[in-house]
Amino acid sequence: MGKPSDLLQGTLDLLILKTISLEPMHGWAIAKRIQQVSREVLQVQQGSLYPALHRLEQQGWIKARWAESETGRQARFYSLTAAGRKQLEAEAANWTRLSAAINLVVSEA
Amino acid sequence: MLRFHQLGMKLRTLFMRRKAGAQLDAELRFHLDRQIEENRAAGMSADQARYAALRAFGNPALLRDQARAAWSWNGLESLLRDLRIGMRTLGRAPGFTFIAIGIMALGIGSNVALFTVVRGVLLKPLPFKDPDRLVRIYEADAHNPVHNRVAVSGADFFDWQRQQHSFEQMALLTTSGYDINLSGSAGQLPEQIAVQQTSWNLFPMLGVQPALGRLFTAGDDAAGANATVVLTWGLWERRYGADPHVVGSTVFLDTKPYTVIGILPSWFSYSDPTVQLWTPVYHEETWPGLTTAHGAHNFQVLARLRPGVSLVQAKAEMDAIQARIRKRFPTGPIFDAAAVVPMLEAQVGPIRTAIYVLFAATGCLLFIACLNIANLLVARIASRRKEIAIRAALGGSRARRFQEQLVESALLSLGGGGLGLLVAWLTVQWLVHMRGDLPRVYAVHPDGISLVFGVSVILLCGLVTGLVPVLSFHDGQILHTLWESSRFHVGSHGKVRLRRVLLALEVSLTVVLLACAGLLLKSYQRLRSVDLGCVTKDVLTMSLDLPEARYATPVQRLAFFEQLVERVRALPGIEAAGLDTELPGIGHQRDDAFTIQENPPLPQGKFLDASVPSTDPGLFQALGIPLLRGRLFQPAERLEDAEVAVVTPAFVHEFFPNADPIGKHIVDGNFDGPHSFQIVGVVGDVRESIGDPPRPTIYYPLYRGDMSFAFLAIRTHTDPLAYAVPVQKIVAKMDADLAVGHILTMEEIVGRSTLGASFDATLLSIFAALSLALAGVGLFGVLSYLATQRTGEIGIRIALGAQREQVLRLMLLDGLQPALFGLILGLAASAAATRFIRSLLYETQPLDPAVFAAVAATLLLVAALACMAPAWHASRLDPMQALRTE
Repeated sequence: MGKPSDLLQGTLDLLILKTISLEPMHGWAIAKRIQQVSREVLQVQQGSLYPALHRLEQQGWIKARWAESETGRQARFYSLTAAGRKQLEAEAANWTRLSAAINLVVSEA
Repeated sequence: MLRFHQLGMKLRTLFMRRKAGAQLDAELRFHLDRQIEENRAAGMSADQARYAALRAFGNPALLRDQARAAWSWNGLESLLRDLRIGMRTLGRAPGFTFIAIGIMALGIGSNVALFTVVRGVLLKPLPFKDPDRLVRIYEADAHNPVHNRVAVSGADFFDWQRQQHSFEQMALLTTSGYDINLSGSAGQLPEQIAVQQTSWNLFPMLGVQPALGRLFTAGDDAAGANATVVLTWGLWERRYGADPHVVGSTVFLDTKPYTVIGILPSWFSYSDPTVQLWTPVYHEETWPGLTTAHGAHNFQVLARLRPGVSLVQAKAEMDAIQARIRKRFPTGPIFDAAAVVPMLEAQVGPIRTAIYVLFAATGCLLFIACLNIANLLVARIASRRKEIAIRAALGGSRARRFQEQLVESALLSLGGGGLGLLVAWLTVQWLVHMRGDLPRVYAVHPDGISLVFGVSVILLCGLVTGLVPVLSFHDGQILHTLWESSRFHVGSHGKVRLRRVLLALEVSLTVVLLACAGLLLKSYQRLRSVDLGCVTKDVLTMSLDLPEARYATPVQRLAFFEQLVERVRALPGIEAAGLDTELPGIGHQRDDAFTIQENPPLPQGKFLDASVPSTDPGLFQALGIPLLRGRLFQPAERLEDAEVAVVTPAFVHEFFPNADPIGKHIVDGNFDGPHSFQIVGVVGDVRESIGDPPRPTIYYPLYRGDMSFAFLAIRTHTDPLAYAVPVQKIVAKMDADLAVGHILTMEEIVGRSTLGASFDATLLSIFAALSLALAGVGLFGVLSYLATQRTGEIGIRIALGAQREQVLRLMLLDGLQPALFGLILGLAASAAATRFIRSLLYETQPLDPAVFAAVAATLLLVAALACMAPAWHASRLDPMQALRTE
């Protein structure tokens, strides 16, 4: 199965939270945005995206509502909740710390 | 805030699942459509765009499930769904479901019932205060393990009590209840009731409080005290209608007045359920030898260990005290050691093996039942292989299928278990009813713990019957399976192998059960065919106990006995009648130490001992005990003129191996002073207990008049029970206060003494028969399945010219193979297992070749029968039909 590895699990949450922190977005747009911003390096599989979105929603970090999309069709738009914003800050800080640490180790050699 | 939000979310996902599901579908469709649009924009054709999008998107159903898996309550939802599916699957095959649930119910029911018995009888602590410290003390012979638990003499107890430091309390009780006449009042009939005597401190030591009134005090328990009696709850309810005014009233025991001082609580029962009256021992036993005669072993001793004193320490102290007693009295039946046994062990030790064997048998039965159901489930999975493969191909996960299977098995065991608990309840009622003679059977009640045990067994069964089929899932062979089942194939042997292993296991367990049942049956048969040494057909017996107060002298007793026999003999249809203080088959009653006048004195520490019944002259004819040498008692030999004795071959063999016993003299000190009896005859041996060889026996003349109780034995021409009432009328006419007890035919006595053996053998045979049936069904199922699987192959064989007999042989061998493996394994296991039931066997070796051969033959026969039908069916296949089926 093309499931992302466990390391990516938490990372994907961070990417999603970060992406929708700017404006409410539907799933398709979230995937596209991550792809573009990462210059096509990060490809989010649908198989991971939707379970992740529903999980975040269950945890109360994001909320969903139906609205008209850019094509005029109804789509499910996700936006951050207050708790989600806090979670994003925490995870972003954590990521910065972690990646800096990894960089240190990697560049040491 | 977040918690609150999450709770709201949870509730919403719980109650708006359908809507949420629709929204999820819409969301995913939107995503897919956007992908298609993008592909179109990149210049693909409509079809191409769609295919590319779908490929990128993956399995939509799977994706949907994965997203749903993130929701709360997902586990519950899938469980509910599986329950629904499980119910439907089971409902589709009602026959299978009924059989499986029935098997389960029997297995679980019998297990829970036996567990309840094991717990109630063997494991539950005694219902007394601090029961772990209660012990029973016996005397013992340090050099002869046969005498390892001997009843205690009142004199030894007297010394123990003064010298010991290991026990807080020591109570003296008669070894068992004995019958006493409870006179009738206000129109009631007199009744023989078992009474047990105890020192006053027994009840305080056990921590028993009276339900009504009071129990004994030291003041009651003395020779000069007023006569007092305590009733059990059962007697109080039955005979006195639970009238509280009975306390304080007077009842007549053996025509002597006693004041009822109290009622025991309803749960109290000791030593056995027949004891219904208690009297204080030092008030009742006025014999001066009570505290001085060290050789009169008539009592049991219960005691409470002091805190911190171990069994070993207590035994060491008692050994030392008893050894000192022996040193003071070097002759006679006086022992030099003691045994200190936990009270519970003393009570239930003798029946432990039998109960555990039955429990183990129910365990085997249940295991076989589980294996069989697992086997049937595997067969069903095998027949659903194509469906399962398709589901796997469509992305159905392995875990989901496991869950589904487990839920199905759980449903089966729940249904079977629920029914099984009912079966257990009924079985326990039945067991208690059947075996009222077992100690502590009154303590057997299904309770919370039984229920917990039952539920655990149910869960375990669900797990076993669920896991075995799950193990038979073969993933990674999806394509193979699909391809394979699209056309006939030459059998997927992996799945069949599992079923064969299960079958072999089932068969081997069945063999073990069959072997044990066979041995017990043979042993029972041996026991039943034992010759008691007397006539058992058309003999009626009953017991009489002359009250001391009314029959104080030998002359009075003799007059009563003689008159009774005369009157009974005068009844029409009576062939013979006689009196005996002991009947064959009712167990050991009394033995005396004695010496033989003509023999040199015995070395120190040795004594001779024999059973000593007293009979009237007519007893031997009444019971058909043959006179072998010399003569019987004469009617004129009575009172002081009756210094004669009759002995048995076992006695002669033991004490006169090379001499003629006739004319020799036996000196017995257990009368009022030593008496010498001349041996005048030898009569045939009888057995006191059906399972024991005849003991050396001396018959004394009952007409000496020193015995006040006797069994009346009547041999009749027709139905002996028809004489019960006429004889009772004769007794009532002679003495209205005299009750007749234990009205039994000799055949009933034999039946009672083999009750345990017959019960064990019957139950185990039922279990074995059930297992055999299960194994047969299992074999039949597997071979039928194999035959269907190989329809195509067999069709080809027959089309190519194979003989029908060849096909028949092929299929039969295929089916018999696991049976043969199981048989060999089972015989080996039986050889090991039957050692454990050695103590239950009578004149039967644990490795009895005849039983083992019969077991093997039975099993092979059943296996052959079970395999015959499918094999025959296969050999009759029409090749054209067979080749067309798939």
